[in-house]
Amino acid sequence: MLEILYFANFREVLGQSQETLPSDNFKTVGCVLNALAERGEQWKMALAENNNLQIAVNHDVADRATALKAGDEIAFFPPVTGG
Amino acid sequence: MSEFPFVKVQKEDFDLTTEINALRKGHKDIGAVVSFVGTVRDINEGDDISVLKLEHYPGMTEKALETIRLQAHERWSLQSSMIIHRIGEMMPCDQIVLVAVSSRHREAAFEAAHFIMDYLKTNAPFWKKETFPNGETRWVDARISDKEAEARWHQPLNKEKPA
Repeated sequence: MLEILYFANFREVLGQSQETLPSDNFKTVGCVLNALAERGEQWKMALAENNNLQIAVNHDVADRATALKAGDEIAFFPPVTGG
Repeated sequence: MSEFPFVKVQKEDFDLTTEINALRKGHKDIGAVVSFVGTVRDINEGDDISVLKLEHYPGMTEKALETIRLQAHERWSLQSSMIIHRIGEMMPCDQIVLVAVSSRHREAAFEAAHFIMDYLKTNAPFWKKETFPNGETRWVDARISDKEAEARWHQPLNKEKPA
């Protein structure tokens, strides 16, 4: 399984903070994004077609090409604004 | 004791003197301590702010802050350093973040504190949400100027200071 996390305004727009997806179907982060985009316009705009999308896999910065394996934690979030 | 003892992500406020004393404890070779405290403004983008809420990504945040801290230690000769970042709801004038660095001589401490703050702004997974006096809310947008501030440090290590 893959653990998917959404933060900040993504969590609000998408209406959830986390979910699990079967890991077999997804070789890369990009595959996950493509599948999520099929859920509708909101998902497509927030994730797949969002140039500001930030991605982390297992707490490290990642991108669409990052390879996935079972048990990975994938996080999607907007540009950070701490400090 | 957390996994990274020199990085704290906490709801509670902090006391600068207490933290600086801890930073200096056990070091007799410190000649300079530089600290930066970030605080909540009551106005942002021309709008009155009544509450600022800080969200973070537990686990990744601590790791990102520790990575930045260690990068500073690689780049400058430092005796000790620490980062405290608050989460949850804060009011105008509250303290949000502390970066404190000690070194033998002042230049390393000044530069390292600046470096850590610039990288924290653009790399640590925190998000700010503002509440206005009428109860409406707004997520704070990332600033291009923060990215530019970080980019000034990308040049290879040399004697020149960033512009």
